[in-house]
Amino acid sequence: MISREEIAHIAELASLKLTEEEKEEFSEQLSDVLNYINKILEVDTEGVEPTYYPLPSSNILREDEVTNQDRRQEMLEQAPDKEDDQFKVPGIEQKE
Amino acid sequence: MSKKYETVIGLEVHVQLQTESKLFCGCSAAYGAEPNSNTCPICLGLPGTLPMLNKRALRFALQASRAADCQINQFSKFDRKNYFYPDLPKGYQISQYDLPLGYDGRITIETEEGETKEIGLTRIHLEEDAGKLIHAGSVGDSAHSYVDYNRGGVPLIEIVSEPDIRSPEEARAYLNALKQIILYLGISDCNMEEGSLRCDANVSLRTRGDREFGIKAEVKNMNSFRAVERALAYEVKRQEKLLDAGRKVVQETRTWDESRQETVSMRGKEEAEDYRYFPEPDLMPLEISDEFIEEIDDSLPELPLEKKHRFQEQYDLPAYDAGVLTQSRELAKLFEESAGKYDDAKEVSNWLMGEYLRLLKENEVEPGQDELNGEKLAELLELIEDGTISSKIAKEVFEETFVSGKAPGEVVEERGLKQISDEDELAEIVAGIVADNPEVVEDIKGGKDKAIGFLVGQVMQETRGKANPQLANQLIREEIEKH
Ligand SMILES: [Zn+2]
Repeated sequence: MISREEIAHIAELASLKLTEEEKEEFSEQLSDVLNYINKILEVDTEGVEPTYYPLPSSNILREDEVTNQDRRQEMLEQAPDKEDDQFKVPGIEQKE
Repeated sequence: MSKKYETVIGLEVHVQLQTESKLFCGCSAAYGAEPNSNTCPICLGLPGTLPMLNKRALRFALQASRAADCQINQFSKFDRKNYFYPDLPKGYQISQYDLPLGYDGRITIETEEGETKEIGLTRIHLEEDAGKLIHAGSVGDSAHSYVDYNRGGVPLIEIVSEPDIRSPEEARAYLNALKQIILYLGISDCNMEEGSLRCDANVSLRTRGDREFGIKAEVKNMNSFRAVERALAYEVKRQEKLLDAGRKVVQETRTWDESRQETVSMRGKEEAEDYRYFPEPDLMPLEISDEFIEEIDDSLPELPLEKKHRFQEQYDLPAYDAGVLTQSRELAKLFEESAGKYDDAKEVSNWLMGEYLRLLKENEVEPGQDELNGEKLAELLELIEDGTISSKIAKEVFEETFVSGKAPGEVVEERGLKQISDEDELAEIVAGIVADNPEVVEDIKGGKDKAIGFLVGQVMQETRGKANPQLANQLIREEIEKH
């Protein structure tokens, strides 16, 4: 069972604001999901290598070459706000 | 150093790798470009884009790992480190969690007492850098910040040491040794001002004899090796005072305030230290073959400490000389070239450690950026040895060769700097000077033998330093005898 406190913590990490009802609701739903997934723990995996990837592929590499041009205007257009070639974001409390 | 407490330090060093392009996209990784001119959908994390690993970055990370005696995880992978900060456009950093490229390594340092000590390395992993956040306005009240993502996605290696460091001085020695190795490998310029080498420290104290570690504080934002040493010294004192007063060290992140020369608590970071790592599904894992590791090992240059020891042995140099000469790979190369052509290695070392380093500093250049080479230095030393020039004149010649690259013999010829060792020529000059200084001559005759130095000085002045001083001295005595 995932507690409401855990839900609150996860929401905080994900920068989500949840109402009390939502916390209750997600606590139940996530518990269900977790219980379902937990069935996998019943399988005996002694001596089995962990599977990190479903595809039998590895070492996909590219040469160290600059292939991109200056696309800053196009890139800056993607953001909600910009100023003088910089992305503009809400003020971050300076930590230094 | 406190008698009661033992200092325990572990360092985390980030080194930017000198690749052409970023870690996972074809954007330029060059420093100092116009804001956001090196960005693309991949490094900005736009939906639907796929990262692909830079081959050279992998190679560099493996070279660093092997140079630091690390084992290699032959099955390695990337993971997402999740957190929100505007310098991180994707909301996660692609890093490595449980299968770093390198693990269980060591760096050998030399302590001030001249002893060697091994500092263990927990791991070396490959990850991408974040962008650069520029705060507008003054601290605390800025309504906006600006972000330049040029640095976002530039390859980094993170080198994590074991808590084996026992003093701020050892921390500095460790950083020096690490930097030297990285420079020898040529995989980063290690420029701390431009941020290509960054260092965070974990510091704790424990009562001597204790096995368990004390509570640690993490110190960040130290912008030079000297700042690291000072910040750690400050932190050790601060924790000492707390413990002595019967209080506890709080586990927290502290930032080094260079202007106030103290560490300051950065509150509110505790909650966020939950990165929910999981395997990066967009990148395939790495399988590193025995052959590849072997090839990497073969590609490693002779490392600084090995070279130092070889110099001591092969050239019979004092440890100090060997240490200075192997500080940079270029300097060591210049030494070996010169010592290969001139048989007094100590003399070569003296000139490099003296005049050469002085001129480098004066001209603000690094070894290899000047015009001197081994052949030219050997030629200069020959000219001194056979008496063609005095060592004083040699400095002038050395400087000219350093700047213009002209061969020393040519400089001597052009400027007419040949030492006057011709007796007749010098005797004539001496006769004139003795005649011009009758009082000094009287003094010498009266027993003030030291006054002869004045006359030698006059001869040197008249010949613009070209007279052979021993010969001048001898001729002056002979001339005075005649009076
Ligand atoms: Zn890019």
